[in-house]
Parts: sequence; C-alpha cells; structure tokens
Amino acid sequence: MLRYLLHKLALIIPTVFGISLAAFAFVRLLPGDPILALAGERGVSPERYNELIHQFGYDRPYVVQYLEYLRQVLTGDFGISIATKRPVLGEFQALFPATLELATVALIIAVLIGIPAGIFAAVKRGSWFDQATMGVALTGYSMPIFWWGLLLIIFFSGYLGWTPVSGRIGLQYFFRPTTGFMLIDSLISGRPGAFRSAVSHLILPSIVLATIPLAVIARQTRSAMLEVLSEDYVRTARAKGLSPRRVVGLHAFRNALIPIVTTIGLQVGTLMAGAILTETIFSWPGIGKWMIDAIGKRDYVVVQSGLLIIALIVMAVNLIVDVLYAVINPRIRVQ
Amino acid sequence: MTDQSAGESASGALAAGTRRRALAEFWHYYSANTGAVIGLFVFAALVLMAIFAPLISPHLPQEQFRDSLLTPPAWQEGGKPMFLLGTDAVGRDILSRLIHGARYSLFIGLVVVVFALVSGIVLGILAGYFGGWVDALIMRVMDIILSFPSLLLALVLVAILGPGLFNAMLAIAIVLQPHFARLTRAAVMAEKNREYVTASRIAGASHLRLMLRTILPNCVAPLIVQATLSFSNAILEAAALGFLGMGAQPPIPEWGTMLATAREFILRAPWVVTFPGLAILITVLAINLVGDGLRDALDPKMKRS
Repeated sequence: MLRYLLHKLALIIPTVFGISLAAFAFVRLLPGDPILALAGERGVSPERYNELIHQFGYDRPYVVQYLEYLRQVLTGDFGISIATKRPVLGEFQALFPATLELATVALIIAVLIGIPAGIFAAVKRGSWFDQATMGVALTGYSMPIFWWGLLLIIFFSGYLGWTPVSGRIGLQYFFRPTTGFMLIDSLISGRPGAFRSAVSHLILPSIVLATIPLAVIARQTRSAMLEVLSEDYVRTARAKGLSPRRVVGLHAFRNALIPIVTTIGLQVGTLMAGAILTETIFSWPGIGKWMIDAIGKRDYVVVQSGLLIIALIVMAVNLIVDVLYAVINPRIRVQ
Repeated sequence: MTDQSAGESASGALAAGTRRRALAEFWHYYSANTGAVIGLFVFAALVLMAIFAPLISPHLPQEQFRDSLLTPPAWQEGGKPMFLLGTDAVGRDILSRLIHGARYSLFIGLVVVVFALVSGIVLGILAGYFGGWVDALIMRVMDIILSFPSLLLALVLVAILGPGLFNAMLAIAIVLQPHFARLTRAAVMAEKNREYVTASRIAGASHLRLMLRTILPNCVAPLIVQATLSFSNAILEAAALGFLGMGAQPPIPEWGTMLATAREFILRAPWVVTFPGLAILITVLAINLVGDGLRDALDPKMKRS
C-alpha cells in the first residue's frame, strides 16, 4: 500500500511543477501590462512605473521570477491581488467555503439520487423505469447548465416567486461567519428564519450544479451494475437462494463500487467548471465567480494563484480517489 | 501484367464487398438502438438546416424590426405570425437567428474535433510507440492540461488569445485534446507488440508506416466514440464561453452568445432565453444519442449479449 502511494506521489510531483509553470506562463502570456492594470485609470509616471516594475520583480529574468514565485508559494505566500490589494490566499479562504458548500450539497444530491437510480435501472433493465431514467440522465448530461439555471430562475423565482434570485442568504441576516458554511452558520446564529433563507438561496444553484454529475453517476452506476450482475458469482449467489436484495446490495453493488467511486472522484473537476457558470448566474460569492471577475479585471496575481490552487485541489482529490480505489480494490495495490 | 491488374481489381472488389458487409453489420447493431436512430435523424436535420439556413430562415439574422421589439412567440398573446418564436430586444427574429446559429455550433464542433483528434492522435501515437522519455514528457503535459477544470482553462486561454470565435475553438480543442492522446496511447501500447506489427516491422516497414498504416487503423473504434462525445462537449463549452462573453461576440447569432445578451430580459421576456438554450440542448442531446449508439455498435463486448 505504501509503495503504491509513493509511486502515485512520485508521478504527481512533476505534474505539480508543470501546473505551477503553466499558471506562471499563462499569466505572463496574458495581453496587457500588470503595472498599468495596477495603476488603474489614473495612469502612472515613467519613474513610478520603473519603480513598481522593480518592486514587483517584473524586470528580472523569467527563470528568477519563476523560482521566486515557487519559493513564495511553498511558504504559503500567494501574492497580493492587484484589484483589491489584499492577499490572494486570504481572499481565497474567505470565498472557498461558499463554493465548497455549494459543491458538497450538489455532490450529495447527485450521489443520493444517482446511485439508487442507476441500481434500479440496471436491476430492471429494459423496463420503463430504466428507459425513463436513462432518457432523463442523457438529457441532464447534455444540459447547458447556464441555461438550465436561467430556466429555474424564470420558473421558481419569477413565476412562482418561491426562491430568491441571487446571493447566499437574505440581506436582513448578518452574522460573522464561524464555519463559512451558511447552512451551519445560520443554524447556530439562532436567528429565526435564517436557516430557511439560507436553504432557499442554496437550493436552485445546487440543483443546477448537481445536474451533470447526477446524470454521469446514474449512467455509470447502471453500466457498472449491469457488468457485475452478469458475473458468475452473482448467478451463484442467486442460485444459493439469497434474497434479490442481498444479491444486489452485497454481492453486486460492492463490486460495482470501484468504477462508481472513480466516477464520483472525477466529478470534482466538473463541479469546479460548473461552479464558474452556476456562481455567475446566481451571483454566488465563491471562487468560480472570483476567477471570472479576476480574468475580466486582468488581475494577474489572482488568476495565477487561483489557477494553481484550484488545480492542486483537483489533483489532491484525484489522489484521494486513487487511494480509495486501492482500498476497495486490493488487486490494484499489487501492480 | 494483365494478370496482376486483374488480381488487383478482384481484390479491390473483395475489399469493397467486405466494407459493405461491415457497414451492414454496423448498421444492424446501430439501428437496434432506437434513441441512436432518432439522434441521427435530428442531427441530419440540423446539418441540413445549417447548410440551407439562408433559404429556410424567414428573415435575415441581423435584420432589426424596430416596431416589434420583444414580440412574444406567435402562439402567445401579442405574438405576430411573421415572428414564430418572437423577437429579441432589438427586434431581430429569434427563429432566423437560431437557424443561422446552427451553422456556428456545428462548425465549432467540427473544427474543434478535427483539431483535437489530429493533434491527440499524433501525440498519442508518438507516446505509445516510442515510450520512454517521449511518452513521459507528452503524458505529463496531458496530465497538466487535465488537472485544470476544462472551462477554467479554456477561459484563461481565451483571455490570453483574446475573446472571439476562432480563439474559443482553439482553446476548447486544446482542452479536449488530451482525451484523444490518452486513448490513442493506450490503444497503441496494446497493439504494438502483437504479431502482425512485429511481422511488418521485420518485413522492413518504417516507423511512420508502422504507426499510421499498421497500428492506427486498429485503434479507431474508441476514437470515433470519443470524437462524438467531444463534438457535443465542444458545442457546450463554446456556448458557455459565449455566455460568459469570451466566445463568439455579438451580433453573431451563436446560441450561447444569444443567451448572454438575453439574460437581462429573463423575467420580462422568457422566450428570448428559452429558445436558444433549447436549441443547444436538442443539438447536444442528438449528438450524445448518436455517440451512445456508436459506442454500443462498435463495442465487441456488447455484440455478444
């Protein structure tokens, strides 16, 4: 197991350097001048310009700049945002819980609906339930989620007036974030109606963000179950007279779990990409919107460090999935 | 001499016969999937619509009817029969814009897939065939591309290249390309030590011939399926970029761009938002249905069952 882990880690190290190099290079390739962007509308005198270039180190060779950047990142310094003049890491930490909350709820929805739907579809293969589920799943998989979000707003916020259009909680509720998760913070605040408000703000964005992972998980669960259900040991278990529930739940599902877990792990990237669109539509103050705004404002420091942090998160999750994979499937460890 | 040419044409006829039989067999398995057949018909209709857009669209896509701003669809109160799906905020006919928009979406899908497919195959073959440091270098670069969320990477690439349709296509192709490289590499590695490859190597085939003529044709099936999936993905991502203002720029009637400009009217004039998104959904769904059908028809495991 340890050897397997070390092998995985060894593969990741060059990728991590590659990612940091890519983020560094992308930002140097962006058109426009970071100092002029920093100076804003007022402009800057040539002397002050040279001074700033020197201060930020942009006059040094790229190799030196990159190594300096690596050194800073390794010590936890992700730079200062050009637009807000605040540390990037601090901004990230303030905004990340919003995205994490949204993505977690979306993933829970996707798993709780997707896995049972996929299992039932596989067990009742060819039935109307199977066909309907797979039809809906393929539609969800094909969904332009930014449009889907707008439709939900038209219907639930515009027509029915049930849910708010944007934000995380009603403006009348204001309290210091303790956990950063609005659902938990609103509960412990003890303010009547606060939790309800948080839920009504979260429900549409999380449905939108859950749509594609839900569809993928349902489809993958079904095909993994179908594969396992045709195996000899399942037939043996049936022949032994075990109840269908036991056969499906214990013998089949546990073995189908390996591809399903992998699929769920792969959804993290999908969730991050989806968060960009979802947060834009619902004005959700998370890192997806943060990145979009930074790209729009040409805030190089935020783009560079944001890219790096997000890619590292996706990679860390993939590593965890690999480890989980080895835990569920002992055959992997030996290889 | 005559003998040889007779023999050649006979083998040519034989090959044509085998190809026809293979095609018939393929259609046999493909048509068993009703959804895939429907998807294919919808897709064919979309292609025809895109080709003949100027002939079938009732108005010009950019023509502004100043006296009919935000007209609802024809069946709603206040709708006009000349604007079947209504008009947008500057009085352009939505149906005509959607019909012309099909050209952009299908073109985007095609260009992105061709670019991603070709570059992915080249990189995948190089990595799989040569192995060693070539393989390590190429695959680490692919890993790096894949560790960024696709839309985010596409956004940054477009920011570097400048917003616009062509740059959006290029960015999406770069983002989708590693899937092809990985698939090709895996297939090449599975094939390259088979007897038939060894046989042609001993017969003196060059590296290039071994890679392109001997090995590649046997890796085609998974690539076709991936190409279909990437086609629909490319349309979705391009629409998303357009929606975020980084793809095709107004007044181009690209569906995602149409949604972006329609956003502010969602509560006043829902039809401006509804139809472009529906067009994206139908197109992507049709292509994904085709993709599912192709996967089933090309997968030897499915044929047995």
